[in-house]
Amino acid sequence: MTDQFQGIEPMVYKSKINVPYSWWAGDTASKFYLTLRDEKKITATKCVACNKVFLPPRKVCPSCFTENTQWVNVSDEGTLITFTIARRQFAAIPSDRKVPVIWGLIKLDGADTAMLHYLDEIKPESVTIGMRVKAVFSEGRKGNIRDISHFKPVSRV
Amino acid sequence: MAKRVAIVGTGQTFHKSHRPDVNGQELINEAVRRALADADLKMKDIDAIVIGNMDHFEGINYVDCWSVDGSGATMKPIIKLTTGGTTGCTVAIGGYHLVGSGMFDRVLIIGWEKNSESDTTGAITTAFDPVWDRLVFAGAISGLAAEAQAYIARYGASERDGARVSVRDRKHAMNNPHAQLRKEVTLDEVLASPMLADPIHLLDVCPRSDGACAVIMASEDVAEKICPKPDWIWATASRHSYSYLGDADYGRLTSMREGSQELWKKAGIKEPRKELDVIELYQPYSFGGLIWIEDMGIVGPGEAPRYIWDGNTDMGGELPINPSGGVIATNPIGATGLIRCAEAAMQVMGKAEGRQVPDVNFAFSSGFGGCWWTDMILHGKKKPK
Repeated sequence: MTDQFQGIEPMVYKSKINVPYSWWAGDTASKFYLTLRDEKKITATKCVACNKVFLPPRKVCPSCFTENTQWVNVSDEGTLITFTIARRQFAAIPSDRKVPVIWGLIKLDGADTAMLHYLDEIKPESVTIGMRVKAVFSEGRKGNIRDISHFKPVSRV
Repeated sequence: MAKRVAIVGTGQTFHKSHRPDVNGQELINEAVRRALADADLKMKDIDAIVIGNMDHFEGINYVDCWSVDGSGATMKPIIKLTTGGTTGCTVAIGGYHLVGSGMFDRVLIIGWEKNSESDTTGAITTAFDPVWDRLVFAGAISGLAAEAQAYIARYGASERDGARVSVRDRKHAMNNPHAQLRKEVTLDEVLASPMLADPIHLLDVCPRSDGACAVIMASEDVAEKICPKPDWIWATASRHSYSYLGDADYGRLTSMREGSQELWKKAGIKEPRKELDVIELYQPYSFGGLIWIEDMGIVGPGEAPRYIWDGNTDMGGELPINPSGGVIATNPIGATGLIRCAEAAMQVMGKAEGRQVPDVNFAFSSGFGGCWWTDMILHGKKKPK
């Protein structure tokens, strides 16, 4: 197959493209992030037709296409739906998170969909599906999803 | 005006981790020439072209135009379709729609990727929502790992069950000269390979590949003149369900369940396990080979491990899966779904050589995309009613 290239050195051109972006969060996500930053509250939108609470909040219900205008507060505690433990420092992992990174989908009380976040303050081998977890808010909040630092196990007092 | 549609020729490259001896156009050209030769057609016979690859992977935006030297599309109708991991299956469905509409008699469909040319993780990250998911992301493998973890918890499956699927596919790849990884592995080797993200070991997942695939579809007016025993497209289905990572039902692939139900209904299939003869599943990691065949309705929820341990999906079994070695052996992403389609077509046409399953009446091929979306095609020997 490659016989015709015998004796020819394949040339490789190395290059890099700088592609900066500014993503507008939109009014629905902005409202969520402002409330998170300023009040340390987690909010969601509710579809009045499906009676379903979406987190992340959606402007339009993905199931029935109704506009969601009703905002509700959801708890900062919830249940771990599933998780994994990243054992390799994959390039997609933010540089301030070092492996093993525990990555979970958490259904907060009052929400019908799960949210993606990190688990911490727990040993990887102690994590179980169905465990109760609680949000830990960041100190310097900037109005993004990392205003929640991570989720930690709910202590059984 | 709607026409029945058949695949009349296929071609693919010998897939490798790196192909420094060709550029993208040349890679595409290898697959196109093989497909034309297989159908005994010339480029002038082709009425339109559909092409696809992963966005960002080669850093070339106008692939439809840029690739014409390789695809032969100069001054012909060509469109680019790209839907992430499902791209290869989507281009086939797009070609089916073009021919089925009655507007074009012979359409050339191309999927390709030179995965070696880019930062795959960086490119894949662009498939996830920038405001919600990327800042708390842990890579594509972690998403699959979360699915496997939920399945294991729900049905009591084990890492060994996943490893058994990997052993199967890597064994099947030995029969396919086009496969990239052709090395048998044992269960113990899979389980001893490094843990990437629990419960996924290195040997549970697919490689990155350079490769291209081309398929020629023809309308019922010309198909049997080109190819006496073509592969008829019986039905297709697409389910793209992604919004945010937290929306999915982890442990089940809803898009596969809903899409395959549509497929069986369209084709009048009552018992897919008995009526299908071979499956080419877009299965980028081993546990998908358990979970997703349950969602297809091949076996019930939680029953896949037993079914697979009993050898039913091995070559010579009741319903062989991935005779080509599948995605675990070869993964040029934009081509991967179309390779599944081509391999299924070859099975129906009796052209699968060392990996041929005997007497294939119905074959299934699919495409899968990172955030739980699925495309699929039902192929058949008989002309649809």
